[in-house]
Amino acid sequence: MTTPNAIIEVRDLVTHYGTRRILDGVNLRVPEGQITVILGGSGSGKSTTLRHLIGLQRPTAGQILVKGRDIARLPDQELVEIRKRMGVLFQSGALFNSMTVGANVALPLQEHTRLEPSTIQIMTRIKLQLVGLAGFEDFMPAQLSGGMKKRAGLARAIAMDPEILFFDEPSAGLDPVTAAGLDELILKLKHTFRMTILVVTHELASLFLIADHVVMMMGGKVLMEGALADLKASTDPQVQDFLARRPAPEHEDAEGYLQSLVGA
Amino acid sequence: MANLLAGMGRRAIQARGELAAAGRLLIQVAARLASAPFTAKGFRRSVTCRQMVRIGVESIPIVFLIAFSVGMIVALQAATQLRRVGAVIYVADLVGVSLTRELGPLMTAIILAGRSGSAIAAELGTMKVSEEVDALVAMGLDPVEFLALPRIMAMAIMLPCLTTLADVVGILGGVIVAWASLGIPVANYLEQTLNALQLKDLFSGLLKSWVFAGIIAGVGCYQGFKVEGGAEGVGRRTTASVVTSIFLIIAADLVFTLIFYVLG
Repeated sequence: MTTPNAIIEVRDLVTHYGTRRILDGVNLRVPEGQITVILGGSGSGKSTTLRHLIGLQRPTAGQILVKGRDIARLPDQELVEIRKRMGVLFQSGALFNSMTVGANVALPLQEHTRLEPSTIQIMTRIKLQLVGLAGFEDFMPAQLSGGMKKRAGLARAIAMDPEILFFDEPSAGLDPVTAAGLDELILKLKHTFRMTILVVTHELASLFLIADHVVMMMGGKVLMEGALADLKASTDPQVQDFLARRPAPEHEDAEGYLQSLVGA
Repeated sequence: MANLLAGMGRRAIQARGELAAAGRLLIQVAARLASAPFTAKGFRRSVTCRQMVRIGVESIPIVFLIAFSVGMIVALQAATQLRRVGAVIYVADLVGVSLTRELGPLMTAIILAGRSGSAIAAELGTMKVSEEVDALVAMGLDPVEFLALPRIMAMAIMLPCLTTLADVVGILGGVIVAWASLGIPVANYLEQTLNALQLKDLFSGLLKSWVFAGIIAGVGCYQGFKVEGGAEGVGRRTTASVVTSIFLIIAADLVFTLIFYVLG
């Protein structure tokens, strides 16, 4: 398989919360037209990496090249132009609770395009239909279940027909069947619209189902990057532990444990 | 002692950080205010109108009730003192001047700080926690323009209106007291009030209320955007918004009163 162009390339990304170093020299690439999964446990830095990729946070150092432009240094005005071509599904859907589902999906179109209201209404219906929520335009977000909220959030994320679509923990808080339904939807979007998709998750079931390209993170660093087959074939003990769901061995250092307790 | 100093230093550094962040918000708001008339979306009239109803119209009953009571209280207190020198008719002067210059703007501002300033902080804070603010940014929309500006505009329009209402209703409270318990005919009382009041009393009060509006809405938005860490953070910032805005209102009032006193 020939390697497609990287639509996003991250180089030596370093970031801090206060004085704590969260990302420690992250390098990764997101191939165009594929599904990339950033895999990692809690605190691995995968969510922070996502926040940088969508420009919600600026790094201490390093480059984030989106279609060749470094969004870490871009002025806000130009960042807006790039954001119009990205869609993001946040963990809980992040629907605006004061608006109906239909108004939520229509919002990016109203703000960024000069389409007629009737056209926007039709496009809203198309997007809702696509995620399996036809007929829910007039519902308020509070009336929807968790899975439906995520689907509605997805409809809003794809309202502008983005080139790159980001998912933050799509299966978090969903039952296995609903989560699998969302995975199907992600695959459908890739095949029908040729979107580049990036998914941040710790869910192994999703990983094996949807991933083309995998970036595994641990402790603010990239542990390995490659195709799904490379990940499975990896001999790295930490990668194998994660895939086999083995907890990291606890340190059996009695002396050190005692000292940490007495504070010496 | 060293601990105390260290604590004070830490607080000062913290306060400086908050001030800088508040200053940045202020600059952003000013920039959006200046550019709003020239952009396609303008002042977002429908959102602003909805906020005007919530901030202004829905506050009418409580402002009415409190202003009426305070008008009666001032009249009764004044009457006890003035009766001893046989100058009961001057109750009208006292009520009229103290309400329009001082009590009307101050009371209304404090009621709105508790009622609407806190609501702004809680609403924006909840949006921050549920990633709605991030979703706005990721969509390429500006939270200051989209969320803060309509609320600040609505407050700046409605607070002077409510203050005028409070002035009128407070004087009405004085009328009732004078008529029912002091035996002053309504016509005489009103004539005395009109003679005592100057236009500049009214305008200085309205000018103050305009500044108070900026304080309440600005502090509410600032505290809302600063929320971190779930429901507890929302609660803490909501409380902080009320305390901060009441303090700033009183401080601003003192400055204004001093200026007007010096200017005569």
